Amino acid sequence: MSSRFTSKAITALAVTAGLTVGLTACGSGGSSSAGSGSGSGGSGSITVGLITKTETNPYFVTMKKGAQAEAAKDGVKLLTAAGAYDGDNSGQVTAVQNMIAAGVKGILITPSDPKAIAPTLDRARQQGVVVIALDTPPDPQNSADALFATNNTTAGKLIGQFAKAKTAGKPVKIAMLDLAPGVDVGVQRHDGFLAGFGIAEGDPSIVCAADTGGDQAKGQTAMENCLQKAPDISLVYSINEPAAMGAYQALKAAGKDKSVTIVTIDGSCTGVSALAQGEFVADSMQYPLKMASLGVDAVMTFAKTGKKPSGYTDTGVNLIAPTPIAGIDSKDTAFGQSNCWGS
Amino acid sequence: MSSVTTPTAERAAPAAPPADAAGSRLGALLRVPTLGPLGALLLACLYFSFASDRFLTGGNLSLILQQVMVVGTLAVGQSAIILTAGIDLSNGAVMAFGSIVMTKLAVAGGLPAWLAIAAGIGVCALFGAVNGSLVTLVKLPPFIVTLGTLNIAMALTHITSKEQTVTGLPTVLTKLGDTFPLGQTRVTYGSVLMLVLFAVAWYVLRHTAAGRHLYAVGDNPDAVRLAGVDVRRQLITVYTIAGALYGIAALLLVARTGVGDPQAGQTENLDSITAVVLGGISLFGGRGSIVGALYGALLVGVIRNGLQLTGVDSVYQILITGILVIAAVAVDQFARRRRK
Repeated sequence: MSSRFTSKAITALAVTAGLTVGLTACGSGGSSSAGSGSGSGGSGSITVGLITKTETNPYFVTMKKGAQAEAAKDGVKLLTAAGAYDGDNSGQVTAVQNMIAAGVKGILITPSDPKAIAPTLDRARQQGVVVIALDTPPDPQNSADALFATNNTTAGKLIGQFAKAKTAGKPVKIAMLDLAPGVDVGVQRHDGFLAGFGIAEGDPSIVCAADTGGDQAKGQTAMENCLQKAPDISLVYSINEPAAMGAYQALKAAGKDKSVTIVTIDGSCTGVSALAQGEFVADSMQYPLKMASLGVDAVMTFAKTGKKPSGYTDTGVNLIAPTPIAGIDSKDTAFGQSNCWGS
Repeated sequence: MSSVTTPTAERAAPAAPPADAAGSRLGALLRVPTLGPLGALLLACLYFSFASDRFLTGGNLSLILQQVMVVGTLAVGQSAIILTAGIDLSNGAVMAFGSIVMTKLAVAGGLPAWLAIAAGIGVCALFGAVNGSLVTLVKLPPFIVTLGTLNIAMALTHITSKEQTVTGLPTVLTKLGDTFPLGQTRVTYGSVLMLVLFAVAWYVLRHTAAGRHLYAVGDNPDAVRLAGVDVRRQLITVYTIAGALYGIAALLLVARTGVGDPQAGQTENLDSITAVVLGGISLFGGRGSIVGALYGALLVGVIRNGLQLTGVDSVYQILITGILVIAAVAVDQFARRRRK
């Protein structure tokens, strides 16, 4: 009996080994390296890949919608994938490899871990695929052919300048709700805000700084802790709208939502309506839809003409403020509502 | 002695009554727990072969093997632990810590690469030993112990790496990510290593006394203890070896991505449990074949790759995996009920 079972197990093992190794050995694809997809899969059909950080964040959902709309317009096929969580490099590596195997001409990617994805993007480019980073550059940046993104320094600077004008003549205590240590997007927005506000790092008016990971729940915790540390905070810089909403919840619970000013970055429709209701005073709006549609167009141009996109394309940023301040260029919430992303 | 050392799957094999022919055939099939997963794997391959002309190529199949080598290797250790009626939630985090230890020591510490690798695997084995000791000596449930060590390993990963991805690795560390030609296809060394680990584990579990003890511990620890086997030593050994396997998975992860990534390993614990369950190994211990876990890991890899090639949204991969997991557990329960 034991031998009967054992022989079955051996057969099973042999079948698998045969399946994997055998097919691997005499594969009919004729591709000489793992996952190299040189053919275009039929004349006239162009395939583009889009890889975002996650499937769930409205920012990336919008990016995907933009890419889908543009792909439908251009008549190209779009493949999409995402990591399992923000920071999931391994999942993005798998997606890049699978898309190359699917024969994409180009990959649009928002790196979850800019440094960690770089070797994989280098390999993809060596296999003739054009790589365009959306929103976030890889590190080093030349691991992608081109970058379509918001100028995050400008985004920070705009709300910094607005906050300065808003609080002019009053003593100010600032809480900085940052992203995470060493992440470029967060650092650039942080530095941009400080430059716009006209203070240096370590200025005594900054009474609290905390990391939120761009997450609402963590943003709330961070704000609660900051209020414990410095109850007289009067201005809150937040890395993005979820962090800002978390901060607002904490301030509201402490009964300080009317006296504390929040400025933020993103421009989602949820954020703009919070802005319209007076939860924040200013919001730098970015354009993920545009990043994606420009990306799809660039890959199509590459597929048709062989011309690769290069360098950095600023997809623009606008300051949205329900109550404008003289001397600061800003758009109203009506503009915000008709240009916001998400639903 | 024989009643203790015979694996459950073997012991149950001749028990089917000959009267109900169709029922007994079904019963017999259910008693070979790897047939279901193998069938599902072959069906998935068949489907995607028709759905995409890019699926059934040497390059693509080699790619799938490479993509499952990390989770597959973790699943070898996870299978051994689950066969003892335990579970390990910490393996992804332990692997991430191991990968940071080896890359940090090699890059910033200036250690020779082989020594850094050994240190990384050693640290993972140490985590395994701690898990095993807490489970046996302090008698804590494996679920809670490994939930604790998951957090400890994750914190240590972030403390050691200072949240920074480790780059500029010596080539020895990424060697297993290189490929060799097999016919017209290039095969990744790491894929072969994973298959070898499965083969060795299968041999040990099926054909050595230690392996049969492991099944018996999962099936009926009291009987094993009465038979004079040191259950505690047995369990600590299993957890420690599983830990060392996570260290090898760490090396494969580093080879696959080319960096030491402190954010890695956050879903791999559940991914490895998924592979084990899809492979027909019972979460209650003592039943199933480790080869099934390989099928389970490959099934997830094939579905992920195949859906991408056919242009289906990746959310559906998660949906299908969820349905398959429930189906696999249902089959296990059905088989258990028939045994009683």
